[in-house]
Amino acid sequence: MGRYVARRLLQMIPVFFGTTLLIFLMVYSLPGDPVAGLFGDKGASPATIAEIRHKLGLDQPILKQYWDYISGIVFHFDFGTQIRNDRPVTEVLGDAFPVTIQLAALAFAFELVFGLTLGIVAGLRAGRMADNAILIFTLLIISIPVFVLGFLIKMVFAFQLGWIEPNVSNDQLLSEMIAPAIVLGGLSLAYVARLTRTSMAENLRADYMRTAVAKGLPKRRIIGVHLMRNSMIPVVTFLGTDIGALMGGAVVTEGIFNVKGVGGLIYESITRREGSTLVGLVTVLVVVYLITSLLIDLLYAVLDPRIRYA
Amino acid sequence: MRGAKSAKWVTGAIIVALAATACGGGKSDGAGDAKGAVDPNGIFSIELGEPEKPLYTGDTMESNGSAVMAGLFSTLVDYKADGSLEMINAESVTTTDSKTWTVKLKPGWTFHDGTPVTAKSYVDAWNWNANVKNAMGLSSWFADIKGFEKLSPEGEGAKPTADKLDGLKVVDENTFTIELAKAVPYFGHKLAYIVFAPLPEAFYKDTKAAGQKPIGNGPYKFKSWDHKKQIEIVRYDDYKGPNKAKNGGVVFKNYTTLEAAYEDLKSGNVDVLRQLAPKDLPVYRQDLGDRAVDQAYSAIQTVAVAFYADQWSKPKQVDPKVIQGLSMAIDRATITKTVLQGTREPATGWVAKGVLGYQPNAVDVTKFDPAKAKELIKAGGGVPGNKISIQFNADGGHKEWVDAVCNSITQSTGVACTGDGKPDFQADLQARKNKQVKSFYRSGWVLDYPVNANFISDLFRTGAAGNQGGFSNKELDAKIAKADSAPTLEESVKEFQAIEKDLVNYMPSIPLWYYKVNAGYSEKVSGVAYGQDGDPILTGVEVHK
Repeated sequence: MGRYVARRLLQMIPVFFGTTLLIFLMVYSLPGDPVAGLFGDKGASPATIAEIRHKLGLDQPILKQYWDYISGIVFHFDFGTQIRNDRPVTEVLGDAFPVTIQLAALAFAFELVFGLTLGIVAGLRAGRMADNAILIFTLLIISIPVFVLGFLIKMVFAFQLGWIEPNVSNDQLLSEMIAPAIVLGGLSLAYVARLTRTSMAENLRADYMRTAVAKGLPKRRIIGVHLMRNSMIPVVTFLGTDIGALMGGAVVTEGIFNVKGVGGLIYESITRREGSTLVGLVTVLVVVYLITSLLIDLLYAVLDPRIRYA
Repeated sequence: MRGAKSAKWVTGAIIVALAATACGGGKSDGAGDAKGAVDPNGIFSIELGEPEKPLYTGDTMESNGSAVMAGLFSTLVDYKADGSLEMINAESVTTTDSKTWTVKLKPGWTFHDGTPVTAKSYVDAWNWNANVKNAMGLSSWFADIKGFEKLSPEGEGAKPTADKLDGLKVVDENTFTIELAKAVPYFGHKLAYIVFAPLPEAFYKDTKAAGQKPIGNGPYKFKSWDHKKQIEIVRYDDYKGPNKAKNGGVVFKNYTTLEAAYEDLKSGNVDVLRQLAPKDLPVYRQDLGDRAVDQAYSAIQTVAVAFYADQWSKPKQVDPKVIQGLSMAIDRATITKTVLQGTREPATGWVAKGVLGYQPNAVDVTKFDPAKAKELIKAGGGVPGNKISIQFNADGGHKEWVDAVCNSITQSTGVACTGDGKPDFQADLQARKNKQVKSFYRSGWVLDYPVNANFISDLFRTGAAGNQGGFSNKELDAKIAKADSAPTLEESVKEFQAIEKDLVNYMPSIPLWYYKVNAGYSEKVSGVAYGQDGDPILTGVEVHK
């Protein structure tokens, strides 16, 4: 077990360098020059542009730039500075991540609690009324685009009923995060419910379930331990990868509810060719993905005692 | 099947909900009149994006930063709605030959840190901003001043050989002279621009900090900048200028989308907007009543010709008649009304409204006349290949009108026309810079200073920074040079007016329409007016209790 974890942690190192290099090269090869972009229609003197490029180190060869950048991160935890506004990227990330983590955590809790509950109810009553109702409900959620859902929630709860403020204010209160979290977690909720339902309905017919019933175990133990543990494996896999998606992929939701988080920052960094910010963001997200996938793999062993790590 | 029905029901509900809010908004208009008394210390909020760069006077060239800087700094002069000058920090700006200018300052002004504003504050600031070592984006604004080439030599990588502009001389505490390399009759108008603002001694001690916490001489002083959230400025009580703030301060609030800002305006969380999202344009007049703003400002949208493109340059330079024909094939009136929802006004020349020297109906090639359009194109030898394309950036909301312009051209003349969308502004600019535009490209211009020269000399002169289509004509260059060096401002303006009329014979670009401010404000504020650059004038806003 310990060796397994160590090996997985070591594997993260090449993945870390590989992804950062790839993203770095991708940003570099995008058409458009971030420095010329500062000037727009009005243009600027070549001397000024050259001076800015020099100050930012953009006149160095690409691999040298990558080396400077990565050594800054590894040795000093310095992600460089932004091209446009001279702000340290660490500070920019420090502004964006807390609110995103808050939002993602709320959304995750929402999809976990409601998704699992709906899935378990549907799975245990497969083929019956409740199952069908949940099927239709999840289908509806999956088929509504996120911005429509966001718009509807604002329309009804903010403007018609006046229960909530339409947008997240600059104080970023937790209570203001509930609406965006529901919108953000809604889609995953539907997937979690469906995955749980299918997996449970299938395992209900498994041999070990029949054995458990034949042994005369109490129903709570059969469902709670024998059925749930085995049925959770695909759900946990999904939930694990979803954490990263909730953090990095909330561009639309963040935009609708005026949340200044990671999603919007990624979008802005791409349009402005802010290489250092973008790579910094992706690096953090990659680390999040790597750690969650390791945790999931370890969870498998807890859930299914047949799995052993060498 | 059940899913499909539900979806329809949902759409129905949205439409009903929309209708309901529209009514609700309409009713509340009457209540807007019942305002409380004016609170001279009241603070109002305004929608504003995160400034792209640190707040330097020499580097603030986009509208978000400019709006803040306009509150923090006062320049020597400012211009009024008719384009004439008003003295702000200057007592007088005089010249006899448009080459040597004498500036006298109003005495007793202070920066927000209490140090006095002197002639030296100006001269040092300009020297610093002009120096290429400091890489200020607006440094080329000092190119008129004698000795600029020593501070900012041409060519990449060249090093400056001096750190002071030869043309600037401090005479006494409150007087300095500016000697230009050659006569520039409208130089006085340029002085209104933020790059010519003074800087306090404290600036040079820590320039990096100054970009985050600027110390100015304007009607407001800086309070705080919470990045990507808000910027706060408060009234500077020792301000001596004529435009003293009628409110206690301003909070600039950042929004992720314009839709979100508009919702916050309706719920009273923000007081003044600068622009609206397309989604809200059809309803904002009903929603806001007399608090809806619809006002022209000095900016123009054009479709510029990429003269270096094979289509126009080979085998011979295109006949301007062809471009004239294409221009007359565009139904501007209909497009501005429908596709652009009344947010633009058809252009009738190359110089935007509100600028000194603007002449209504300057040219008639902007009239929609399909028959004449066909005739002109035929007379000019036809469009090479009988097809054109218009390059635009797909992230700026331009696609809709580019398509409409193309349809209009194809319908009236039979010339095939397609939009050539680049994914974003950066890619669009790159293509322009590398001379890869195949036919036409979208181009916009907001005034830098309110003189018609800005819309002609800075765009169509050979080698001008704004001339990205490779347009070059010796005859026109000579005329521009003559107008640029006219002895007085009036004569220069007049000559540029003649040049504008003459531009139809060169057709460096096709004027499309002038921009308008479509915005609104809350019931809490009054006296909201928008300047020629499209930004709200902060000092005039009154806050009600």
